[in-house]
Amino acid sequence: MVQFILRRTVGAFVTLFLIGAATFFLFVAAPSDYASLACGKDCSPQRLADIREALGLDLPLAQQFWDFMSGIVTGRDFPAGHCSAPCLGVSFYSGDMVWSTIMDRFPLTLTLTAGGAVVFLLVGIGAGMIAAYRRGTLVDKVATGASMVLSSFQIYFLGPVVLTILVYSTGWMEDPKYVPLTRDPVGWFVGMSIPVCVLATIFTAQYTRMARSSMIEQLAEDHVRTARAKGMSRRYVFLRYAWRGSLIPIVTILGIDVSSMLGGAVVTELTFSLQGIGRLAVDGAVNKDLPLTMGVMLFGAFFILLINILTDITYAWIDPRIRLS
Amino acid sequence: MTSPIETEGSGASAVVSGALPPEPGTQAVELAGRSPGRLMWLRFRRDRTGVICAVVVIGYFVVALLAPLLAKLPGTDPYTLYGQDPTYADHPVLDEFGLPLGYLGGVSGEHWFGVEPQYGRDLFAMLLYGMRTSLYMALGITLLLMLTGVVIGLIGGYFGGRTDYWIGRGTDFFLSFPQQLFFIAFMPVVTSFFVDPREETPTYFRAAAMLIVLWLLGWMGMARLVRSTVLSLREREFVEAARVSGASPWRIVRKEILPNVVTPILVQFTYQLPNTILSIAFLSFAGVGFVEPTPDWGRLFAAGARYAEQDPAFMFFPGVALVIFVLCFNLLGDSVRDAFDPKSGR
Repeated sequence: MVQFILRRTVGAFVTLFLIGAATFFLFVAAPSDYASLACGKDCSPQRLADIREALGLDLPLAQQFWDFMSGIVTGRDFPAGHCSAPCLGVSFYSGDMVWSTIMDRFPLTLTLTAGGAVVFLLVGIGAGMIAAYRRGTLVDKVATGASMVLSSFQIYFLGPVVLTILVYSTGWMEDPKYVPLTRDPVGWFVGMSIPVCVLATIFTAQYTRMARSSMIEQLAEDHVRTARAKGMSRRYVFLRYAWRGSLIPIVTILGIDVSSMLGGAVVTELTFSLQGIGRLAVDGAVNKDLPLTMGVMLFGAFFILLINILTDITYAWIDPRIRLS
Repeated sequence: MTSPIETEGSGASAVVSGALPPEPGTQAVELAGRSPGRLMWLRFRRDRTGVICAVVVIGYFVVALLAPLLAKLPGTDPYTLYGQDPTYADHPVLDEFGLPLGYLGGVSGEHWFGVEPQYGRDLFAMLLYGMRTSLYMALGITLLLMLTGVVIGLIGGYFGGRTDYWIGRGTDFFLSFPQQLFFIAFMPVVTSFFVDPREETPTYFRAAAMLIVLWLLGWMGMARLVRSTVLSLREREFVEAARVSGASPWRIVRKEILPNVVTPILVQFTYQLPNTILSIAFLSFAGVGFVEPTPDWGRLFAAGARYAEQDPAFMFFPGVALVIFVLCFNLLGDSVRDAFDPKSGR
């Protein structure tokens, strides 16, 4: 098990390094850089060179890349001050430390992703299980049909519709806003409930379908049938035997879906004008802000890889056969 | 599985229904008629949901293709600012606050789906032209994605060993990119390969940039699917037989393996196409895809979100159209899968 985790971790770091390299070289390969953008249209070569030097863009590319990557481990010194260990550089545009900017915005994206995951796992798997348990009844048909329709909705359509109904026309709720959990838990919950629910709705629908079909498959398994034949009650077999097995495919998909959950959080942020990681990515790209873009990409990839490793561990825990291979 | 030679032989002559227009969107349906697929076609035809959805999806592509003609019916186009242009001063569509006059966002005999607040552009024309942009671009990108995925998957699956290992690592690498963040961050960068960002970017270059970005991070699913299918096919007797009778690897791939991967490829295609459409819409929604005044489906949502507080009706038609389209495409995908593989019960 330890070896398994170790191997995955090393692999994750190699991947992160490669993603960093890809991001960096694709970004600097673009013909225009931040210096010429900051310098404006009538730019004297002297001033351009000054800006480039101030930003460290005059150094060789490999040097720039190495400085950036090693800075993450060791920290770096900038004219603006020292940047300690997980140092993602200083934003060209705002002059702030990228790491602290990301840390500032990340709680919002994490709230959306984790909150959404909690909601859609509970509701989705619950609805899927009930639909499977009462297969063929009206409950099942409603759950299947509703999940089919809801999974065709898009966040950027559903979001404004929900806002129109709950906020603009009735005034039942206030515009979504982010309040840090530590400062005001109630405000945090109320402020984020609409975005989290909208994000979760899309995923709930998919997970309902998945949980249902996975459960139905499990109920047809031999060991489940044997348990029923022994005279165990349907409910007991359902909860003790079939349930655990049906989770395996769901956990697998959940691991694959982390990337799209993060993506969903980005769309949700843009839909509700919330200031999270997705907004940072837009800012970085629009302002040709290399350190910010690098930071956001690496952070996003790190997040995805971390959850992937955690999923694999969970997976090995649910199904002992995985550990051996 | 049926004999692959039989499948290959009748491949070209398998366009089934002459009555349907030869739309690209029908491909899934038409190809379903490939033998051994007379059976599949019959199975598909019995599936009422599938047929209705196929008709709806084809309808969308036809409507999108005929956008300029259909917009002529009410006599509108997606670029004219009916609210500001003095030519239309005798037909006011906006009130003094820039909001549409009348009900449901200004629905009238001239403006069937209402008008855009502030500018007064015709929503019906904008939606039709926007669908044309999105659907046909998505179709092109999806075909490119599928092609790349099939080629990479075939190479990995057929040659196996070290080639397969490295292709697999490469696929994993691309899969671990934070996709949406990458799209947002690299659209402007890729666009700047074509034109200086300080100048106006022509629409075609924007489309090309989108194509590159979506293509770069879109082929992996297909590659994995084809690889795993080919991996199991490679060990089958008929491939063995072809090999001992002296067929070249190219011939084996073309005549023995490819015809047998057609089914999963088609099923994957019906899932991939709506995804691509949504990705394009996402780019435009995030403000890095198409920009004013190019009519685009995703851009209508960005505008809709902006106007949601004053004019919620603006979002209605584009949104409902998208939901119906995606819903039908998903149902169609399920039906195609069921028709090909009746064992996979839902």
